[in-house]
Amino acid sequence: MDLNFTAEEQLFREDVRSFLRAKLPGEISRKVLGGKHLAKNDFVRWQQILHAQGWGAVAWPVAHGGTGWNPVQQHIFDEECADAGAPLQLPFGLKMVAPVIMAFGNPAQQQYFLPRIIDGTDWWCQGYSEPGSGSDLASLKMRAVRVNSPEGDHYVVNGQKTWNTLGQYADWIFCLVRTSNEGRRQEGISFLLIDMKTPGITVRPIIMLDGEHEINEVWFEDVKVPVENLIGEENKGWTYAKFLLGHERTGIAGVGRSKRELKKLKEIAAKESNHDRPLIEDQRFRDRIAQVELELMALEITNLRVISAEGEKRAPGPEASILKIKGSEIQQLLSELKMQALGHYALPYVEEALDAGWPGDALMDGYGDYSAPLSGQYFNIRKTTIYGGSNEIQKNIISQMILGL
Amino acid sequence: MDFNYTEEQLALQNTLRRFIARDYPFEHRRALAKSADGFDRAAWKTFADFGILALPFHEDFGGLNGNAVDTMLVMEMLGRGLALEPYVSTVVLCGGLIRDAGSAAQKEALLPAIAGGELMLALAHFEPGGRYELDRVATTASATGSGWQLDGAKAVVLGAPAADKLIVSARDGSGISLFLVDAKAPGVTLRTYPTQDGARAADIRLSKVMVGADALLGTAGNALPVIERALDYANAAFCAEAVGIMSALNEVTLEYLKTRKQFGQPIGKFQALQHRMADMVIATEQARSMATLAAVRVDSADVALRNRSVAATKAYVGAQARFVGQQAVQLHGGMGVVDELNVAHYFKRLTMIGLTFGDADYHLGRFSDTLLAA
Ligand SMILES: Cc1cc2nc3c(=O)[nH]c(=O)nc-3n(C[C@H](O)[C@H](O)[C@H](O)COP(=O)(O)OP(=O)(O)OC[C@H]3O[C@@H](n4cnc5c(N)ncnc54)[C@H](O)[C@@H]3O)c2cc1C
Repeated sequence: MDLNFTAEEQLFREDVRSFLRAKLPGEISRKVLGGKHLAKNDFVRWQQILHAQGWGAVAWPVAHGGTGWNPVQQHIFDEECADAGAPLQLPFGLKMVAPVIMAFGNPAQQQYFLPRIIDGTDWWCQGYSEPGSGSDLASLKMRAVRVNSPEGDHYVVNGQKTWNTLGQYADWIFCLVRTSNEGRRQEGISFLLIDMKTPGITVRPIIMLDGEHEINEVWFEDVKVPVENLIGEENKGWTYAKFLLGHERTGIAGVGRSKRELKKLKEIAAKESNHDRPLIEDQRFRDRIAQVELELMALEITNLRVISAEGEKRAPGPEASILKIKGSEIQQLLSELKMQALGHYALPYVEEALDAGWPGDALMDGYGDYSAPLSGQYFNIRKTTIYGGSNEIQKNIISQMILGL
Repeated sequence: MDFNYTEEQLALQNTLRRFIARDYPFEHRRALAKSADGFDRAAWKTFADFGILALPFHEDFGGLNGNAVDTMLVMEMLGRGLALEPYVSTVVLCGGLIRDAGSAAQKEALLPAIAGGELMLALAHFEPGGRYELDRVATTASATGSGWQLDGAKAVVLGAPAADKLIVSARDGSGISLFLVDAKAPGVTLRTYPTQDGARAADIRLSKVMVGADALLGTAGNALPVIERALDYANAAFCAEAVGIMSALNEVTLEYLKTRKQFGQPIGKFQALQHRMADMVIATEQARSMATLAAVRVDSADVALRNRSVAATKAYVGAQARFVGQQAVQLHGGMGVVDELNVAHYFKRLTMIGLTFGDADYHLGRFSDTLLAA
């Protein structure tokens, strides 16, 4: 047993750090660390910078432009990026659709789509959930009917997707669609790639509780999708989607970002005062920080245990669900404590303070620039126990599928 | 022991319940939160007609001689409606301060106007950097011969944008005093903003603000116990509001569990959610008990008992409200995090109540300190 990083791993960390110091634009990292609004281009630009370094998709196989790094190296990379304030590399293209295209797509699809994902050309979004199909995804209804036609065979898609993250920016959406009502519900689902510019697609914003536009409804009315955009075989889409769920483990715990947020929480608690002393000297509050730190320490090691064992042939265990449940709970606690540290100074909703370059307001002294986003972040982060398979569903997976109850 | 409301109280409760259901639906509230005033001036007049703006005042000043239990039932109903009107600021806090500390002339001039819905006030007490500590007042009051000069800064003054008058706490040589200040007086600058729950507040700068000798509320240097009492009243009121919100959240969540179907059945058939819902109901009943305790004891002349009861209640209700709010969101899935439904708004209001006039930890501290004194 050795819980230390090896000398090579530490050198590797140094390499990542110096890259971030040199290449991560300050105007982007300041937004990330300050909780400011990020523009679409901030994400795209960062992806381009990573790609230029050869790090656009660190987890992909080398043949497709990946790095060949082992899981521990990938973890170090995640941690350093988070700490430096790099924007999250959105998972929809890189971690969700790309592995499916690699595993089940045909060579033409691989050649067309993968390079455009890694270099930031295409923005992808995920079209799984529907109003009637959230946790019970297999009940989805959006229809795709195959039509043979002289201009080329295609599907005609009708229906609605919802909760679509950042679809307002997307070039492409990967969808689960119903191609058959025969047999088991799971056996009538197909995996389709749809160009968001296709006529008949309407994106409508859903404003979240923090006032932000992060998610959308996407409506499809007689949308024509060439059959070339079907992944694998018709009616096998469920298998591909499930493959995806078990595939990606590094990253779901969000350890790197939570470590950064913990650091920020301590900074805030050192800055805010209580009885003329820094709040962090208040034992009641400090114990709350300590408690979430213990959770995070445990999760970090659990995460490393899981990713170190990756590649070993074993029956699937509860690992992915544990990482999701604990990771999301810790993120929620951290955001809550940051807000709590501010006390009633967390009450103002000053929208313009969320824009980069807000000059501050002389009449609101006692507020750092840092205080404005904190309540909104707490509200927003309630989503983490709901999406990606809610925490209740994760516990069902552990208790029913793993423990056999 | 008697846990029953009087006939009059029940009648008032019904009136308010009907008003909220008919005249203050969530869509109306949502539009109000985005309007310039941030609340409904017509509703304020209706409140005057109902008599709730007159509740805690003596009949000699246009009041109804009500007690904190009356306030509790009002707040519970206002909570259900997520009412945005600055009731606590004007009636409970400032009305309470004038009632408890004002001279006969001040009561004469102000309380009937509050009761009639013509006058709104806000308490400008807490300051930047002082967190929840009641005695952290750096604003100064200097005697000028004919009156006082006030200088300083106040933070997150709830209800300030609509207030005609502010009650400002300030320190002179002898201690903390309270002053009635015209919100439009020269030297008063407001930086107004919405709060996270859709209400309105302001940060305020006071710079060479001149007030007359008659602006002093109570005796000079002795305001701290009066402020403490007013904040105990406000916290008891907020706890009642929280209980109203928690009950409403439980109702909408229960309805959702019965109607939302996944895996071919209402999600309320899943035992994990049944137990969660049961825990939410337990938390709410327990919170209701504590809110009742605070309402009864906040009127007590025994200051230690009053303090202790309100601290216990704010700490306890805060923890239950956090649980119920978070779980109501969780059980609604994606629908819990959208702006369009009332669920998220109830959740946000509960969260902000938790951060106003001391959070659960602050009040747990106040309560736990009394264990040493005992
Ligand atoms: C901010 C956000 C972003 C999202 N982004 C995307 C996206 O980009 N693409 C996409 O396709 N989807 C996205 N989703 C959708 C997300 O995956 C769903 O919200 C999630 O699957 C839950 O579905 P639901 O909202 O319909 O809730 P429901 O499934 O209706 O669940 C309601 C409640 O019931 C519980 N529940 C349901 N079934 C059971 C059970 N069997 N046992 C116990 N409890 C149960 C749930 O845990 C939840 O608490 C996003 C959601 C959010 C909130």
